[in-house]
Amino acid sequence: MPDQSQTTNRGSGYNRRDFLKGSGAAVAATAIAAQATEEVQAQGKGKPNVVSSDATEVKLTVNGKDHVLTLEPRAVLLDVLRNDLNLTGCKDVDDRTASGADTVMIDGKAVLASSRLAIQCVGQQIHTVESLSKGADVDEVITGFVKHDAMQCGFCTPGFVMATRAFLNKNPKASLEEIRKGLGGNICRCGTYHGITKCALEIAKKGGA
Amino acid sequence: MVERKVAWKAQNDNAVIGKRHLRIDGVEKATGDAKYSSDINTKGTLFARLVTCPHGHAKIVNLDVEAVKKIKGVKAVHLFKDVGAECRWDGELIAAVAAERPEQADDGVRALKAALKFEVLEHFVDEEDLKAGEAAGRGKDLGTNTKGDVAAAQKAAKAVSTGYYGIRTISHCCLETHGSHCEWTADDAIDVHLSTQNVSGTGGQFAGPLGLDAANVALTCNYIGGGFGSKFAADEWGLACAKLAKEAGQPVRLMLDRATELKIGGNRPSGFAKVTVCADAEGNITGWESHHWGTSGINGSTIRLNQMPYVFAFDNYKRSATGLSTNCGPQRAWRAPNHPQLCAVSQTAIDDIAAKLGMDSYDVFKKNLAKTPRGDVYAKQMEIGAKLIDWKKKAHLHGKGQKTGGVVTGLGMALHTWGGRAHAGTCTVKIHPDGTVESFSGSQDIGTGTRTVIACTLAETFGLPETAVKVNLGSNKYPRSGPSGGSTTVGGVSGPNRRAGLELLWKIFDLVAAKYNVKADSLAAKGAKILSDGKAVCTWKEAAGLIGPMPIEAQGQGPKSDGLTDQGVAGIQMAEVSVDTETGQVRMNKFVAVQDCGLIICKTQAESQVYGALIMGIAYALTEERIMDNKTGRFINADMENYKLPRIGDIGELVVEMYEPESEYTRGVIGLGEPPVIACGAAISNAVANAIGVRVPVLPMTPKRVLDALNGGAV
Repeated sequence: MPDQSQTTNRGSGYNRRDFLKGSGAAVAATAIAAQATEEVQAQGKGKPNVVSSDATEVKLTVNGKDHVLTLEPRAVLLDVLRNDLNLTGCKDVDDRTASGADTVMIDGKAVLASSRLAIQCVGQQIHTVESLSKGADVDEVITGFVKHDAMQCGFCTPGFVMATRAFLNKNPKASLEEIRKGLGGNICRCGTYHGITKCALEIAKKGGA
Repeated sequence: MVERKVAWKAQNDNAVIGKRHLRIDGVEKATGDAKYSSDINTKGTLFARLVTCPHGHAKIVNLDVEAVKKIKGVKAVHLFKDVGAECRWDGELIAAVAAERPEQADDGVRALKAALKFEVLEHFVDEEDLKAGEAAGRGKDLGTNTKGDVAAAQKAAKAVSTGYYGIRTISHCCLETHGSHCEWTADDAIDVHLSTQNVSGTGGQFAGPLGLDAANVALTCNYIGGGFGSKFAADEWGLACAKLAKEAGQPVRLMLDRATELKIGGNRPSGFAKVTVCADAEGNITGWESHHWGTSGINGSTIRLNQMPYVFAFDNYKRSATGLSTNCGPQRAWRAPNHPQLCAVSQTAIDDIAAKLGMDSYDVFKKNLAKTPRGDVYAKQMEIGAKLIDWKKKAHLHGKGQKTGGVVTGLGMALHTWGGRAHAGTCTVKIHPDGTVESFSGSQDIGTGTRTVIACTLAETFGLPETAVKVNLGSNKYPRSGPSGGSTTVGGVSGPNRRAGLELLWKIFDLVAAKYNVKADSLAAKGAKILSDGKAVCTWKEAAGLIGPMPIEAQGQGPKSDGLTDQGVAGIQMAEVSVDTETGQVRMNKFVAVQDCGLIICKTQAESQVYGALIMGIAYALTEERIMDNKTGRFINADMENYKLPRIGDIGELVVEMYEPESEYTRGVIGLGEPPVIACGAAISNAVANAIGVRVPVLPMTPKRVLDALNGGAV
């Protein structure tokens, strides 16, 4: 069953599972040219949850700015952020959400951008890693990653920075053990966990700011 | 006129070199400002998706491109293979579809797949089963060589230990998959952003096949998301990207999808060995006999024969190897090619003969150091490592540790070597009249911290902070530099930059000497000032102003035999693990590395290389492997969920000790990237054997393999 609270209480009222179930786009090549309007009953509500498979205007709020984009409902948030809005800090590791390199914050919570359709995020506050630095004003997590050399090739780094920021917001005084568990959603291939742990622990000791 | 000699300063005279520095491109990387090839997003960029072979071995019998071209948004289709072509491994490329949006390219892929038909052919993918491989005609004798008399040594020995050891294939699994963004700027000119470890060498690889002048290929790679030896070429998918862009008349971005990255982006060959080792009562190893096999893919090779056993050259040996040709994706150089596997299948056998003799493994390694090329260095490094891990206090004989709630701990060690000679490279160093310093080279940063290394080198030379140097790399339009592979880059860029830097500094010294009436050979550059016999003459800026209105430049080259760089390092590692004998779970408690690399340019980044290597080592020792399905011939864990890499909580405590006494410093710069990834597998395997009293023969030591070993069964 889809997560009802998400379907009924938050954002656009669509979620990926409802959409895929309705359109069949994920399973059949025949859906490609289909112009049909699909209808899916929103879970727990009488109102029909209707979406066309055509591209339609979608308003996304990213880093505090509204963007109106013409998107098919199946467009994935990660692709839209990277390709339409050129916010390439969130990386496409093409892993179906196992690496965390695509971590963004949605309404303050760490979310993997490849796990959301763009239309699911209408009405929500999306923040990418780009929101953590404005000129010389740089988030302490970024400063800490640099200080502890918590990077090598740097490809997983922005995702790790976002995961760390979201984790510390929620657990400002996290212990070493909590950090080792809480940041376990991201993968670094170069092996920079030592520096990341030191960075997170240092900030947690100061209260997470 | 004083003789001017190219050299590094004395170790204690350095203000920048050997110290800790912030990575000069660290902020760009952490903020997401750094643009990788997969981030290039010029106007009109199309997105490509791939169709690959879903069988271990098959022939294409039907394929329809026309239907694909009619799909909404699809702009171009490229065929790697057509009807009648043979595919020899899972993941081999068949077609690429470029469309306006990624989801439309997916539509094209689905349409192409709908009409794609194969005749499935016979395959063989079992890299470990030598008998089956030979029965299937897949074995290739890679030779036998002998020294001395092994049979006599075994007969005379106090102890003889026979064992089976192995290490399975792993995949590069770069987080930024292989690929490029291609944009034609004219009919005969192209801009390529390629995820490459070989910026200066790959432009020509596009030019030839595309029928272009090499000068008309502008190749850029400012940042690369993971390159461990597999990204040296344009590759067929790079050329396909360029061709799709040409056909569509629009730029195209083609990155391998995750599964294809794992299947064809390069892998590290496997090695499995039957080893008999013998020793005298004091622990001196007197004889070695081994036969090993494994696969590198269809070419049917395995790990190198003439480096077996690893690092140690015993008086008597007989060794032989068989390569298995499998329907698996092709190998590519993986961080320290051959070494980690050789270490894992040979230094485990050394640990087992120690157990057989009832001796501490540390003592047996130490006893046999005379059989290594740098025994004195290993001995010192072992002493340091033993202190850091508290070996003497924690050591127990194999299987004799205290068991608490089914959990038992163990210690293990191993050692390694690597060359790390500087690659051939050039650079241009420029000093502007305002004192600004720039360096240009067609090098790249695969995570080593190339920019910081160059900045530190020039900063030390000119007496400036490293942040004052602007480093330009990542373009094939800059002076040719070497590919970043084999731990050659730090020496490859620091040597030429030091040489060019000194040439310019001496010019400036001459100008300062003339202007301020001081002796040129009394001058030194320090703290952004020019000093004469320790007294300030002028600022760096004033000195640079003496060059006139135009900048001055010098070209640096390398490697040269002037002492700036050298080759050949040692390195030892010690692991402490806990093994849960009920679940088979191995946990890392502590992992110590003692590593030399000659002169260290930036201590922080050098340590980062070693930390990273240890984590990669933990990966292939405990969780990471390619799993092929014998029945279908497919790579069945080609995704990030099931291709298991360690997470931040899986690594335990890491301790890195850079070994840089003056005797190492004065050797000059030696590469560091490869060596620390080598000994990890053997060290951790030895720690597990020490804990549980039996050898887990094959890496990675998954819970199942640990339980099988505890139950006395073969894996």
